[in-house]
Amino acid sequence: MHVVVLLKQVPATDNVRLDPETGTMVRGTQDNILNPLDQNALAEARRIKSLDGTTTVTVLSMGPETAVEALREGVAVCADRAVLLSSRAFAGSDTIATSKVLAAAIKKLMPVDLVLAGERATDGETGQTGPMVAARLDFPVVTFVRRVDVQEGALSVERIVEDGFEELEVDLPALITVVKDINEPQEPSLKNRLQAKKVQVPVWGPEELGLSTEDLGLKGSPTRVVKVFSPKLARNAVMFDREEMEMGIRQIIDKFTLLNVI
Amino acid sequence: MEKHQGVMILAEQKNGLVHPLTYELLSLGRDLADDLGSTLSCALTGMEPLDPAELIMRGADIVYLVNPGRPEGMVAGPAARALTDLLREVKPLVVVAGATTTGRTVMPLIAVRLETGLTADCTSLAIDPETGLLLQTRPAIGGNVMATIKTPSSRPQMATVRPHAAPQAGRNPARRGTIVRKDYPMGAGLERLISFVRDETQLVNLQEADVIVTGGRGMKSREGFKLVEELAGVLGAGLGASRGAVDLGWAPYSHQIGLSGKTVAPKVYLAIGVSGQIQHLAGMQTSEYIIAINEDPQAQIFRVADLGIVGDALKIVPRLTREFSKARIKIVDKHLKENNISNRLSWEETLVSASVANMD
Ligand SMILES: Cc1cc2nc3c(=O)[nH]c(=O)nc-3n(C[C@H](O)[C@H](O)[C@H](O)COP(=O)(O)OP(=O)(O)OC[C@H]3O[C@@H](n4cnc5c(N)ncnc54)[C@H](O)[C@@H]3O)c2cc1C
Ligand SMILES: Nc1ncnc2c1ncn2[C@@H]1O[C@H](COP(=O)(O)O)[C@@H](O)[C@H]1O
Repeated sequence: MHVVVLLKQVPATDNVRLDPETGTMVRGTQDNILNPLDQNALAEARRIKSLDGTTTVTVLSMGPETAVEALREGVAVCADRAVLLSSRAFAGSDTIATSKVLAAAIKKLMPVDLVLAGERATDGETGQTGPMVAARLDFPVVTFVRRVDVQEGALSVERIVEDGFEELEVDLPALITVVKDINEPQEPSLKNRLQAKKVQVPVWGPEELGLSTEDLGLKGSPTRVVKVFSPKLARNAVMFDREEMEMGIRQIIDKFTLLNVI
Repeated sequence: MEKHQGVMILAEQKNGLVHPLTYELLSLGRDLADDLGSTLSCALTGMEPLDPAELIMRGADIVYLVNPGRPEGMVAGPAARALTDLLREVKPLVVVAGATTTGRTVMPLIAVRLETGLTADCTSLAIDPETGLLLQTRPAIGGNVMATIKTPSSRPQMATVRPHAAPQAGRNPARRGTIVRKDYPMGAGLERLISFVRDETQLVNLQEADVIVTGGRGMKSREGFKLVEELAGVLGAGLGASRGAVDLGWAPYSHQIGLSGKTVAPKVYLAIGVSGQIQHLAGMQTSEYIIAINEDPQAQIFRVADLGIVGDALKIVPRLTREFSKARIKIVDKHLKENNISNRLSWEETLVSASVANMD
């Protein structure tokens, strides 16, 4: 089985900034990490690989050169191969444009049996990339997956929804997006990390992928951020300290009554 | 492109009943359609709901029943195929679905097939009076900023909307509209729904709850956390948990609120013994009214709160539970008196035994 894992490098959540002029996210020198749910996707690939000696894993990331770090982490965990998708032409991509590039790379890596992605990334938080890639590949997709059982030519998966859990059967090839519940990722060993440092990571751009730059990046993105503003954040809480507990409790009851939510 | 007109919402249903979020989409969609001076349609895939006319009474001009009676339509892939065909035929200008596990899966599949823009998780939608374009506003970067997004040239303009972004549409039995049945191919059935198991630990759906009571590590133990469960119980509120509490096994992951859990925006969010790290705030800071209880006056959570109590949650929570059950009894009492109902005692007894009995 050939498993592809989509890895996104994201800014560590505590130090993300938006450029107030352009409304785009400022990255670069800040600390970057592998998107937390992508660690779960990787851990699942490792588990699947451990079940069957013939399984190979490829990790893919579209992003700036620094995204090679995310790919090396993938190699340290379980990947046999890593490809970075990077080009100036990809800059400013929304999920429609990103999915075009990721799908083109997966097509080039065919035959592929299973694509794993995170349910959402902590920067864009759209959760759209996975299903969009699946649609471009014409693969069936199951999102919000918290358990995978590999069967002959198919998967049995459990998906978490608002009020419970769905069990589905899906034919391979397929794309799955995973939630945190699926497994407990483990840190790769130091030895594996060191080895991963030495791995050559090829870079594919529009040419290697056979894509026209006309519909990539900002040009290939149907959405535009037109305004960025601060939400009402500091709410100036009415505070009750230790001595005023009774008053505080009264206040809470009154508020609930007022809002008619008792 | 000029041929695109009107607003369409995608309805959801469960067990033959229309999802309450659909009524929110109807009121929001109605406003957009009125601003555009166009019609509001509503599409529903899969089993036929018990009463599609309800959708018309609540604001739709046209209801499309897509592949009615075919349960495959409840699965995202087949539903998206059929809906894509519907959208190619109807050509709406704007398409809106709920930001649910269904909407968040079906909409990206459709957007790719139509090569058009999609904005996830919007908290408000409006029509730009100058350009007539849909203004799609959503929180970004863990709710630290809001971003407004447009889809300038591709059609339709698509967005998913979070629960509580609009009030539920009222019901007007006099409203008239059309119900249209449509049948489209749904593909080869590569994904098949085998079974559904209700999450028994989740008595109230978190994303729909008006009130959510969340406990954190400050509850000190599994037993302490039970106090939070009891409070949620008397309030009929959703039960949330911080990752700290989930990691300690006090609540299942399906209750986790935050960056790697659920994003919620209830009318009232009560955070108890939760420090308010940015990853937790990401999942709840757009709630309408936030109440925090924490021992530490410096706790971050107070920065996003409207009302805060500094003190020991293990003491305050049982007090709240008791006060709320008393307040509830009073309300029920009043209601019974007004309606001249005499079985007061049994009501009172049920409530008391349900909520306060195991407190002292
Ligand atoms: C990538 C990533 C994703 C994450 N995702 C999430 C997420 O989705 N959701 C989430 O919640 N967290 C998430 N976290 C973790 C987050 O950073 C915090 O660690 C977590 O929210 C802390 O949980 P807590 O508030 O229950 O515990 P603590 O931070 O330990 O806070 C306990 C609080 O209780 C108070 N307290 C103690 N005793 C009492 C008492 N007797 N009465 C009243 N108050 C008391 C303390 O003053 C303290 O403020 C994530 C972290 C990372 C790195
Ligand atoms: N640029 C990217 N490169 C590789 N994978 C990505 C990229 N963007 C998104 N993904 C994958 O899609 C998932 C959801 O991301 P998002 O749609 O941005 O919330 C991530 O967890 C990744 O698995």
